[in-house]
Amino acid sequence: MSDLIRMERIDKHFPGVHALKSVDFDLQPGEVHALMGENGAGKSTLMKCLSGIYRPESGRILIDGKEVRLSGPKDAQDLGIGIIHQELALMRDLNVAQNIWIGREPRRAFGRIDEGKQNRDAAEIFASMNVRMDPTIPVSSLTIARQQMVEIAKALSFRPRVLIMDEPTAALNDAEIAELFTIIRRLRGEGVGIIYISHKMDEIKRIADRVTVMRDGEYVGTVDAADTPISRIISMMVGRELSDETVTIPDLEGAEVALEVRGISRGGELKDITFDLKKGEILGFAGLMGAGRTELARAIFGADPRDAGEIIVHGHHARIASPADAVRAGIGYLSEDRKHYGLALPMDVRANIAMASLPRYSDRLGRIDERKLAEIAADYIDMLDIRTPHDGQPVQLLSGGNQQKVVIAKWLLRDCDILIFDEPTRGIDVGAKAEIYRLLNDLAAEGKAIIVISSELPEVLRLSHRIAVMCEGRLTGILPGGAPQEEIMALATRRDSMTQEDAA
Amino acid sequence: MSDAPAAKPATGPEPAQAPVKRRGTAQQKLLAFASLIVLVIGFSLASPNFFQVSNIMAILQATSVNGVLAVGVTLIIITGGIDLSIGTLMTFCAVITGVVLTWAGAPLILGVLTAVATGGLVGLLSGTFVAKMKIPPFIATLGMMLVLKGMSLIVTGTRPIYFNDTPGFTQISQGSLVGEVIPAFPLPNGVLILFLVAAATAWILSRTVLGRYTFALGSNEEAVRLSGVNTDAWKMAIYALAGAICGIAGLLIASRLNSAQPALGLGYELEAIAAVVIGGTSLAGGRGTVLGTLIGALIMAVLTNGLRVLSVAPEWQTVVTGAIIILAVYGDQLRRGRAST
Repeated sequence: MSDLIRMERIDKHFPGVHALKSVDFDLQPGEVHALMGENGAGKSTLMKCLSGIYRPESGRILIDGKEVRLSGPKDAQDLGIGIIHQELALMRDLNVAQNIWIGREPRRAFGRIDEGKQNRDAAEIFASMNVRMDPTIPVSSLTIARQQMVEIAKALSFRPRVLIMDEPTAALNDAEIAELFTIIRRLRGEGVGIIYISHKMDEIKRIADRVTVMRDGEYVGTVDAADTPISRIISMMVGRELSDETVTIPDLEGAEVALEVRGISRGGELKDITFDLKKGEILGFAGLMGAGRTELARAIFGADPRDAGEIIVHGHHARIASPADAVRAGIGYLSEDRKHYGLALPMDVRANIAMASLPRYSDRLGRIDERKLAEIAADYIDMLDIRTPHDGQPVQLLSGGNQQKVVIAKWLLRDCDILIFDEPTRGIDVGAKAEIYRLLNDLAAEGKAIIVISSELPEVLRLSHRIAVMCEGRLTGILPGGAPQEEIMALATRRDSMTQEDAA
Repeated sequence: MSDAPAAKPATGPEPAQAPVKRRGTAQQKLLAFASLIVLVIGFSLASPNFFQVSNIMAILQATSVNGVLAVGVTLIIITGGIDLSIGTLMTFCAVITGVVLTWAGAPLILGVLTAVATGGLVGLLSGTFVAKMKIPPFIATLGMMLVLKGMSLIVTGTRPIYFNDTPGFTQISQGSLVGEVIPAFPLPNGVLILFLVAAATAWILSRTVLGRYTFALGSNEEAVRLSGVNTDAWKMAIYALAGAICGIAGLLIASRLNSAQPALGLGYELEAIAAVVIGGTSLAGGRGTVLGTLIGALIMAVLTNGLRVLSVAPEWQTVVTGAIIILAVYGDQLRRGRAST
């Protein structure tokens, strides 16, 4: 039996980069084949070659043993290769069925669209996925997770033999991930070959049959998913073995309280949340998607208005009605979405580092002291090991980990001693993650008070000195660092209105 | 495998970080400048009357009003906004200056300050609508455009105000300080003012906090707000500054016509925006240069003048200008399309 897909010695250059160096890859029918590697390893480039978006300079692509030439995405589609992109590409104002059949609408006489058939066909796809979805509701009213389901339905509507999924679970909660995996297993049972790109090790273990690892544009190897230890896969990705570090909890008995949050409420999203944070402490916030952690961070930071609640910083009552107030009080917020809320992407590293501190580095006329800022930027580039050719580099050309460091530098320069990190390592590759963790520990050791919000339990466990758990807008409990995962999950799913007497 | 410490991550190269960005902007300015040179050479070859000192001065003089307006609105466009009221604001400033100078008989310097202050205050008002009341800039300034047009007519009773009683008023635009020093180079004051305004604005954009936030607002307003910057206040300041610059344009046009013409103004905003766009400033915000805008305004004036020298009918001049706008932006798209693949 020939391979469903075989890619041989694929080579691709971009200006200044050898993106793919003679890469091999194969996919069998009825297999989930995970493709892993750090950001920039070449996974997406390889998949874009397979889906006809890029054309490799050399090498062959064979489908069912026959060599094919893909001169555009349409060719790949016709050959049964479907791709679900990392970023959703739906038209928000159209309804679900219209999105699925866009460009292929069933017609009636005089070019009228047969909406009825369109809806029935869409409903059929959702039925086969075992997902309940009304095909006539507008996509804009769906959650990100539900939109993802629409993307998958759209890909399935082409009846693909190969389905490429690029980080499909990035925005999904556990229940939704389970639902997605059910769909993936059913497709696998039908003989569809699935290429699954993800950074999350536990998912790979749950769903993948084989794992291929890439590094720096090169093929590293292919291993069996079931009986290869995670540490081995990580070492293939980063070129060395990572030890599983555990958290060391400092003695904060006598430490001063930096931040007191008292009874914060906001609409239905946040319900009477109270907690303390000490200097030098890392307080992790765990919870499922939609538990209200980001909303809490934004409320503390003044990015969204609060209905009730007080914020006390270093013993003083802080009036925080806007981010400007919060920053003045020494609170910095690092959003989960760096690109939209953290950085001015086209602007350079120096300007982004200085963004929150310009008044301090300008004279009465408003003239910016560029020489001073250049010195400062150089210091932070050195201190945080930001990898950039120079401080005039637009931040959009940096990798995710280095962008995150630029945001951290921005808040350090602003002298913020209370830092709220929302998903600090989202979209950051494994090697850079360890570096961010080390940085957070160093900051805490220097006496910064740190809140870390993370959806990845291992991350919370590795970093937190204490773990606050939220569920549906309530703080359901605060556990000591290193608490067993089962206890955290129990609190994260504690839906009934049991109280939070252990919060204080 | 060994238990190597997990501290330092792989030294593997990051995704390519070629410094391509800077070359992009430089290239684009070069493109606009090259077009300007080509136009000037072309017209010079086509007609001996074109490349004469008097004609070049006429072109520069014709650029001054539109150029000043365009420089002002460049600021707003870089923030990702737009200001449609600049044309009628210019007229309104001229009218108020007329009231102060002619009806109240105030000294000239007070008239100058009045024009700039009026522009600044109206700009601040537009900025308030946009920043505080969250009205989209297109709508807020469209409304302001009509309000100001009406106000100019109401204040003057639809009749022009003449500045015959204010000695030296026409000198603001038509005199030549440079010509007094270098008689061979009678650069009109209006053009001098344009260059000064442009230089000052370019300086503000590149060297000051206000300029930095102008670009930052256009790049990512929410990120700037979450950096603890009072984005509303800065945005209002930028609209006010642009308004004050419109006040200067109002002085220039009134000085040139020796009168405040209340019916004038509509249409100037689109010419100014056209100059900005030809100069390579993105209507999406975040990037743009004063020098580009200046070249854009010059291209438009050279075209109008050159075609007139060649005795092309004025109707056709408009058609050509329109085509140039589309070509300029298309050229920019091509360049960027190439850069992104």
